[in-house]
Parts: sequence; C-alpha cells; structure tokens
Amino acid sequence: MELSGGEIIVQCLKDEGVEHVFGYPGGAVLHIYDAFFKQKELKHILVRHEQAAGHAADGYARATGKPGVVLVTSGPGATNVVTGVATAFMDSIPMVVLTGQVPTPVIGSDAFQEVDTVGITRPCVKHNFLVKRLEDLADTIKKAFYIATTGRPGPVVIDIPKDITDPGIKIPYHYPNKVKMRSYNPVVKGHLGQIKKAVKILMEAERPVFYTGGGVVLDDAAKPLTDLVDTLGFPITQTLMGLGAYPGSGKNFLGMLGMHGTYEANMAMHETDVLIAVGARFDDRVTGHVKQFCPDATIIHVDIDPSSISKNVRVDVPIVGPVKQVLKDMLKVVNEGDKKPKQQALKKWWKQIDKWRAMDCMKYDKKSELIKPQQAVEMLHKVTKGDAYVTSDVGQHQMFAAQFYRFDKPRRWINSGGLGTMGFGLPAAIGVQMAHPKAEVAVVTGESSIQMCIQELATCLQYDLPIKIILLNNGYMGMVRQWQEFFYDSRYSQSGMSVTPDFVKLTESYGHIGMRVEKSEDLEGAMKEAFSHKDRLVFLDVVVDPSENVYPMIAAGKGHHEMYLSPGSELV
Amino acid sequence: MRHIISILMENESGALARVANLFTARGYNIESLTVAPTEDLSLSRMTLVTSGSDEIIEQITKQLNKLVDVVKLVDLTEGGHLEREMMMIKLRAERTQREEIKRLVDIFRGKIIDVTDTSYTVELTGAASKLNAFIEAVNEELIIEVVRTGPSGIGRGPKGLSL
Repeated sequence: MELSGGEIIVQCLKDEGVEHVFGYPGGAVLHIYDAFFKQKELKHILVRHEQAAGHAADGYARATGKPGVVLVTSGPGATNVVTGVATAFMDSIPMVVLTGQVPTPVIGSDAFQEVDTVGITRPCVKHNFLVKRLEDLADTIKKAFYIATTGRPGPVVIDIPKDITDPGIKIPYHYPNKVKMRSYNPVVKGHLGQIKKAVKILMEAERPVFYTGGGVVLDDAAKPLTDLVDTLGFPITQTLMGLGAYPGSGKNFLGMLGMHGTYEANMAMHETDVLIAVGARFDDRVTGHVKQFCPDATIIHVDIDPSSISKNVRVDVPIVGPVKQVLKDMLKVVNEGDKKPKQQALKKWWKQIDKWRAMDCMKYDKKSELIKPQQAVEMLHKVTKGDAYVTSDVGQHQMFAAQFYRFDKPRRWINSGGLGTMGFGLPAAIGVQMAHPKAEVAVVTGESSIQMCIQELATCLQYDLPIKIILLNNGYMGMVRQWQEFFYDSRYSQSGMSVTPDFVKLTESYGHIGMRVEKSEDLEGAMKEAFSHKDRLVFLDVVVDPSENVYPMIAAGKGHHEMYLSPGSELV
Repeated sequence: MRHIISILMENESGALARVANLFTARGYNIESLTVAPTEDLSLSRMTLVTSGSDEIIEQITKQLNKLVDVVKLVDLTEGGHLEREMMMIKLRAERTQREEIKRLVDIFRGKIIDVTDTSYTVELTGAASKLNAFIEAVNEELIIEVVRTGPSGIGRGPKGLSL
C-alpha cells in the first residue's frame, strides 16, 4: 500500500486505535485535513481555539486512560496549544500532539506562520520530534505513542513540515507493531527486596498513613490500593490529583491533604511515624514547609519516576516501579507474611484521628440565604448521585469541588492540578463527554475561569454534548481575592469580576439552555431541572455568597499543623 | 562539590538543547560542556562539569537519565577517573620575555604552536587545575587570548562507558 504523508498520519492513528482527534485546521496541515476528509472511522472534533483542543484531548485521556490526540497548524496553532501541552505535562497525561510546520526548505527563514515549535514546547513535553523525512513518519508516530503512554506518561509533540504530507509523494506504508529504543526503557517492575523492606516497616508502624496521588489513577491502581489500605486498616489521605482512587466515602479516608486539606489529614501527616507515599510527588501545595513536613516519619515512596523520589523530601525506602504492580506485590507480601499490623497502636491512632475529625473542619453555614458554594457542590453530588464526571477550572470553586464532591471512583475528578490552568474545565468536559457519551458530565467553574474558554460552547452545540455547567458565580477571582483578604489587608487589586456577560443570554445565543439561581431554597429545584435535560447543554449560573473562603487553609510556607480553620482563627 | 558527568546520547538534533534546557529550567549550575561524536556515529559523548550538593547532583543525574535522548551516563567523580582539557593561550612575547615563557611552557609540558615577532601561542593539555595553574604562573599583562575546550573525562581501568 503506497500512501502520502497525510494519508500515513491518518492510517497510523487508525492503526494505533485512535477514535477521536481534537483539532483546528490551517495552512500547514491542509494536506492532513484532506486525508481526514476522505475517511470515516476517525472522528475529528473541531474546537474553537487550539488551547481547547489540548484540554479536550487531555480530558479525554484523563477519563479513559487512552492517549488524547491533537492536530493543529503551525505558528499560532502551535503556540495556542502550548498551554494545553504544559497542563498535560504537569499532570503526566498521555497525549500525542501533531503540529503542522512550514515546508522543510523554508524552515528558519521566518516564513509565514513559522515558529520553532520543537524549541517552544521542549520544556513542557515528555519528548518531541521534528519529522524531516517522509520515511521516518510512521516510525515517529509509533514512538510518540509509545513514549506518551509508558513509564510516567506525558505529552509528546510531533512537528510535521508541510512538504512531508505532500499528496503527490507516496511511499509504501508500514506501521511498526513494536518499538524498541535503546535510550528509553521505563521500569516495569518494582524491586521485591525493597517491597519486603517496606512491608516490614509498615507492620512495625504505630501511626501510619497512606498518602497517594495521581499516579494511582494514571496506572489504574485503585483496586489494589483500596485492597491494601483496607487489609492493613491504615488511614489514607489523597492529593488533589489522586481523589477517587480510594473511595471518598470509604471509612479509612481522611479527606484531601495539603493547603486546603482536612484538619485530620494534615494533622495525621504531621504526627505520623510511617508515611507511605504512592504515585505522589511531594508537591509544595501538599508538603507546605518541607522542613516541617512529617517530622517523625520514616518515609516509603512508590513511584514510576526515579526523579520524583527524594526530589523535595528525603525518602527512606524508595521503590521505583509501576504503582499497580508494586501495590499488588505489596498486598501479596502482606497476605503471605505471618506478621500483622500493630492492632493496639492502630486503635490508639484511630482514636486520635477521630478526635481530629470531631473538629468538623469542613463545616459551613447551611442556613444561609445566600447560596454557599459548598452547598452547591453538595447539591451537585446529590443530584448526580455522586456518579458524574466532574471537571473544573482553577480557584475556589476547584477546591470546593475537590472537598465536597466525595469522589468514589477514579478518573471522575478531572482538573488541572499541577499547572493550575484557568479555562481547562469546559474543553476538558468536551473530551470527557466524547469518550463517555451517556455519562453525566459536569463542569464546576467560576465566572472568571469560564470566560477563558467560553467559545467552546459552540463546539458543544456542534457535537450535541449535553454537558452541565455549574458556575459558582461570586463576582471575584475568588482565590485571588481570598489571598488578598488574608495577606494584603483586603486590597482587592484587579480581582473583581463583576462585569460579566449575562450568562443565561450568552448561553442561549450559543443555542443551549441558560438558567440562573440566586436563593438557596431554589438551588435543589434548579439543579434537578438542569440535569433533567438529558440531551441538552445547560449552563446554571449559581449566584453564591461572595465572601465565602476556602477552609481549612495552610498558608504558603507553613507546616501541616498550622491551619486556619475559619475566619480569624489560627491553630498550632 | 564539583562533578564530571559523562553522557552517551543519541546523535539527534536537539539533544544538546535538551540538556542545556534542563540546566536552565531547573536552575542547575553548568561550568562547562563539551560534545563530540564517538566511534559509533549514532552516538555523541558529552562531558559536563557541574557543582552542587549531593542531593542536587542526584537530581541532575536522574533528570538527565529521564531525557529520552540520553542512553547512558556516569558520574565520573564517583570513581577513579582521568580528566583532560586542552587550552590554547596566546601570549605577548617580546625580547626579554621570550626565554622565560619558553621555560615556563617546558615546565608545564606545553608546546608552542605559533610564533610571531611579538607573540607565542601555547598549547597545553591537562586537568583543568593544571591549566589554571599555568594561567596564574604567567604575568597577567602578557595574556592576549585564552581558548579552552572544557574538560573531557574517562574512567580508569579496563571498563568503558558503552552500550
């Protein structure tokens, strides 16, 4: 079979099992788009801005575990997608991003829509390629998928000059089944000796705690994690990226940890004697001040990426390997061994934890006439029976969603944790809904974030995506305002966002249903009505109490035991 | 502490940029860096001199290993190794100074490779510290130009860093 470069790309994607491509055409990718036109199996989703193509493919990948695929043109197409690529990179999301490039003979001549895509994306990709010969195209695509999906996953960019896809030049097509790279060999198995050593330490622990992250979700290791935690009877806290791996309603779950984590989770971290970190990377929002992090703990760390180990916090027992396999092996060692966890000590530990739990750190005013953002998220949980895919943007609403929508399943909570990209939620939901057409998909967002990719309402109409947008509208960039209130004597510099479009009319003009709710007594009815429109996008503008802040809060640079629990309080 | 890291990497365009990028992006020190092809044309050998605490050096080697183009690397400072750097130094050499410079070059086992009425160009090879010592030994006012390659290193003993 002889194919042109454009046809090779389409065929490779099919052979790789790709079903959806998120993209936007332009000059440098016209040949590829022509090849798309001549086939039916691969579905192309036309976004309204390339940034959204990146986030949609990212959301697709997070919801399914399969790599998201993006196709954009050179120059501005490529620069617009960079935010999407960087977002995926920070959260280790597998993506393959195809960018058009000017023809090889004019590369470097400042040609129209030329930009050094490989150079611009280098710091925010797992790897990238510039295809210089047609003969290398299929191999490069295979390598890109291999690199993106194995080891610690991440985005891979392939920059393809226009002459490589010339429909007039055809070569025999062959898509390699396998790829072997001498310079890239991710670890496939954790060291059994280290695993045994870790189990021995766990059995001696008196105040143990599991601290797990996005790596558990990425490696589909929720089941072995849950089994291990329940077998040992240890408490567990999860990072923002890890929510849902161990069920949020599970009895051993302490809630999220870190800057806006629960009192019990953070206190358990501070007092623990054995910390087992799994697929987490000791991010600064989690650790707080590193010098005060888990001061008494022996630390076990399981991660696929050796460079994550002892990067921010010194680790005592490192285990490099795929999280799922390591957890399974660990469970096996636990079950086959004759030692049991220290029951007496654990009982005492749980008693202490229950005392912390009794502080009820997540309480808020439930009788308020103004709708509380926490209440809106709890209502969303109730109306969707806790089973929706929830995407979010970045800020207070993101934290409220993470805290109050108790995720019981992995891959349900989809947010930009590492990069913190406002504008992520709506396009990510497009990817999620594409992957799961029948599922309930909700975007929890703010009036500031949603405006960063609002144009995607048109994409939702074009593909009949019945996404539900829950806008927690407080008229501020809430998290910015919260920091200004706490640390800048309430000087709200440029954080007001009272000038917004009428979101109801705006949504209607895009062909969807717009609704607005202002009183807490009307919230339940409005939310139910929104979700009763099974095949329509509904944008619910929820006017919330503008003064509400996210608690608990550890100020940047403080230790886990130093939390604000409510306005005006400080706890040490 | 000063470390010499020797890296075997794919001879691909952009590989050097990836290493350089890593150092700037993560704020690591880079004192010198040399790259050249090896006997296997698909591989380049890079020698990189950096400094930092043990934790930072550990991160540097891990991050370098993570780059897809890096095939293998070794921190030469961890074991016995040889280090060589080449320098070409152009010195003002007029009547009275010529004999003294010549003697100094001999002491350092260097070679004079270019001569004019008023100058010598000296080639000198050795560990970086030896080259520094030579520069300190000559009168500063005599130095016209210094060109150094940056150190290359190789481990001692019969074993080599190869595939």
